[in-house]
Amino acid sequence: MRHILIIATLLGATGALAETPRDFLARFEKEAGASASVARGASFFTARQGGEWSCASCHTERPTQPGRHAKTDKAIQPLAPAANGERFTNVAKVDKWFRRNCNDTLNRLCSAQEKADVMAWLLSLK
Amino acid sequence: MNRYLTLPVLLAVLTSLSLPARADRYSVPKHAAFEEECGSCHLAYPPQMLDAHSWLHVMNGLAHHFGTDASLDDKRRVAITDFLAQNAGGRKTGVTADAAGRPLLRITETARFVKKHREVSAATFKRASIKSPANCAACHRQAAAGDYSEHSINIPK
Repeated sequence: MRHILIIATLLGATGALAETPRDFLARFEKEAGASASVARGASFFTARQGGEWSCASCHTERPTQPGRHAKTDKAIQPLAPAANGERFTNVAKVDKWFRRNCNDTLNRLCSAQEKADVMAWLLSLK
Repeated sequence: MNRYLTLPVLLAVLTSLSLPARADRYSVPKHAAFEEECGSCHLAYPPQMLDAHSWLHVMNGLAHHFGTDASLDDKRRVAITDFLAQNAGGRKTGVTADAAGRPLLRITETARFVKKHREVSAATFKRASIKSPANCAACHRQAAAGDYSEHSINIPK
């Protein structure tokens, strides 16, 4: 009985970690209660939103390419899932980086709609 | 006879010359969370470069970390803080506080950093290829391995 519980827990844990980028798009659309817009995501990502930086300041306007941290110059691996299979596969990481980077670029957290739009645009890049 | 003495003497001289350089090597202790979290945005600076008091203040202010939000979940923040405190400071670094005793948060403001970089102009640090004195690896090409020795310096134009 104990073994079955352990196996079930392990399976549950792996299941929770193995997210795909499309899972995040679906989650943000559900939270927003509306479908995402690729065009809105593109302009949101590339234009400054009140802060000193836009998303593109570090991730570039074409995030299938590697970027550089705007302040420290540290190399940043491509953000678009088509170019980097590790992106948007872990809930904790995705939530952490949206929290930090939205605060840095907007001085507030992003709405679910904004996150859905960005996800849709990133997924559209080949 | 002289010919047999030359080589050992030469080696001894070379070894003694390389000693000061060895003093600028830091052992970089392995810690997965530290490397991942701190190393995402900048070089994971050797914990020895600040004293424990400074690290505690850095880690208590991550939501406003030199102009960016570097906040962590509590579990990771505590684990990384403990790691930094355990490996902090040392004889070379000494106390990293200002004249009023407040803990310094920037490695670049510590007495050791200032002394070691006194020949590097502010204009050099601002070059597009360097950007900031916090960008160790721009000049210290082996910085990621903890090697800050003179031999490994290559200041880009």
